[in-house]
Amino acid sequence: MSLLSLSAMKTSIGQYAVLHDVTLEVPEGGVFVLLGRNGAGKTTTLRSIMGLWRPSPGSVRFRDRDITTMHTADIARLGFAYVPENMGVFGGLTVEENLILATSKGKFDPVRLKRVYALFPALEKFWTKQAWALSGGQKQMLAVARSIIEPRELILIDEPTKGLAPSIIDAMADAFREIAATTTILLVEQNFEFAKALGRDMAVIDDGRIAHRGSMADFVADKQLQDRLLSLSA
Amino acid sequence: MKNLGAMFERFGGVNLLPVLVAIVAFVLIGAPSSWVTLTIAGLAMGMMIFLMASGLSLIFGLMDVLNFGHSAFVSFGAFVAASVLAFFGAWLGGDSVFLSGLALFLAIAAAIVVGLLGGWFFERVIVKPVYKDHLRQILITMGALIVAEQIILAIWGGTPTSVPRPAFLEGAWIVGDVSVEVYRVFAFALGLAVYAALALILNRTRIGLLIRAGVENREMVEALGFRVDRLFVAVFMVGSALAAMGGAMWAGYQTLISPALGAEMMIVVFIVVIIGGLGSIEGTLLGALLVGLLGNYVGFLAPKMALASNMILMMAILMWRPSGLRPAIK
Repeated sequence: MSLLSLSAMKTSIGQYAVLHDVTLEVPEGGVFVLLGRNGAGKTTTLRSIMGLWRPSPGSVRFRDRDITTMHTADIARLGFAYVPENMGVFGGLTVEENLILATSKGKFDPVRLKRVYALFPALEKFWTKQAWALSGGQKQMLAVARSIIEPRELILIDEPTKGLAPSIIDAMADAFREIAATTTILLVEQNFEFAKALGRDMAVIDDGRIAHRGSMADFVADKQLQDRLLSLSA
Repeated sequence: MKNLGAMFERFGGVNLLPVLVAIVAFVLIGAPSSWVTLTIAGLAMGMMIFLMASGLSLIFGLMDVLNFGHSAFVSFGAFVAASVLAFFGAWLGGDSVFLSGLALFLAIAAAIVVGLLGGWFFERVIVKPVYKDHLRQILITMGALIVAEQIILAIWGGTPTSVPRPAFLEGAWIVGDVSVEVYRVFAFALGLAVYAALALILNRTRIGLLIRAGVENREMVEALGFRVDRLFVAVFMVGSALAAMGGAMWAGYQTLISPALGAEMMIVVFIVVIIGGLGSIEGTLLGALLVGLLGNYVGFLAPKMALASNMILMMAILMWRPSGLRPAIK
């Protein structure tokens, strides 16, 4: 049984259908990478899973439970964490306040907090600083830290490397590897180098449909397929 | 010029504006005693307007809801408080400060209760069906304001209602050649206390944290597992109660109120919320104090300009800072 299964999802924004037919099984454990060109429907897929946009028709099942029409907050309570493309960091709140909001009880588990500090030392350094003052990379760290400050079943991450310096991207990759040892990550990426170092399974979305599904190793080996599905000139 | 700007920021930035307005007014007015009287009146008015406006700012900030019916709660608060005060008229007239204080407390408490209940009803029945649709929000909440006005007309009648005040808030203190109306000091102090309480809740509690985060990015708060829509009902109720409390204080300040009160205050309240920056309590306080002070100074210096001065202030501030003086970070 897969952790998350999307079936025949069609999601429209206004009158414009972004997803036409997305069917996808995400197995438990490790990093599952969803690749695709700009505008292919990657972000929409994640938003549809979180209940921020509603697929119709189509369904989202989590551990064999239908969550298609559940409220976003209730989906989150099932153990979902969402790191949106714009990071969704609360600029007027301090780093600490941002993280405390991500805990369900309003208290930190000291072990988890230590782990976050170890993964992202900058956050400890700027603990009491308001988040708008952080750099782009630090904001991204905070957004990711929020998703792991409590145990989660599934973390949805939307293009975490966008606009980040190479050194920060490396640190992010290390963090994801460690996180994926205990949680499932569904990663949306355009940065193929980053994605291929992390992903175990993968899929490519194109024009609102799943165009390819397989293991990352096979996809990396098949240059022709990559060219066809990902290159802009195709 | 650049240095001047930096210095302005260092000494408090936009927070200095009320002080600057007061200094300019001092020069223009010339007579210190008049200036003190006007300043105190302006601060008291500003605080009462703050009470009326603070809820509106949070309501818009949190759920993007434009509530043109907000000032209906100001009216209801004013009339309910007036009725309660009239009911305890004997206590107000008596010598006992305790009894007249109790009557005042009951009047304000009644206004708050009406605000809470009315706010709950208003949110569930009128606002909830039109989330995410500004045009319908404007239409239906405007309509609700008209209905509220008619209800007040039906209950309290069209002739202005006079509002009795506790004896200990009547009159003025004379300091040198300056006379300070007691009620104004009371209104200012009460407003300040409410502001402090709100600031404390917003900055020091988990609910406050959720509200501040929700004003910035509602979607993300929901993605963290919190039902913002449920939180919003509570904010709407408290906001309406604050408006009713502001109305109750306003009634005591004016001592004569008419059913048009709500519609009159609505314009001022919207101006304050817009120049303060939507979604921020600090901005609303700043805007309210500016409007209160300017209204009193201009009313003294150029009475014919009094009505226009708020509009001019709003235009000037929006040209300088299009999203208001201290908007919540979005």
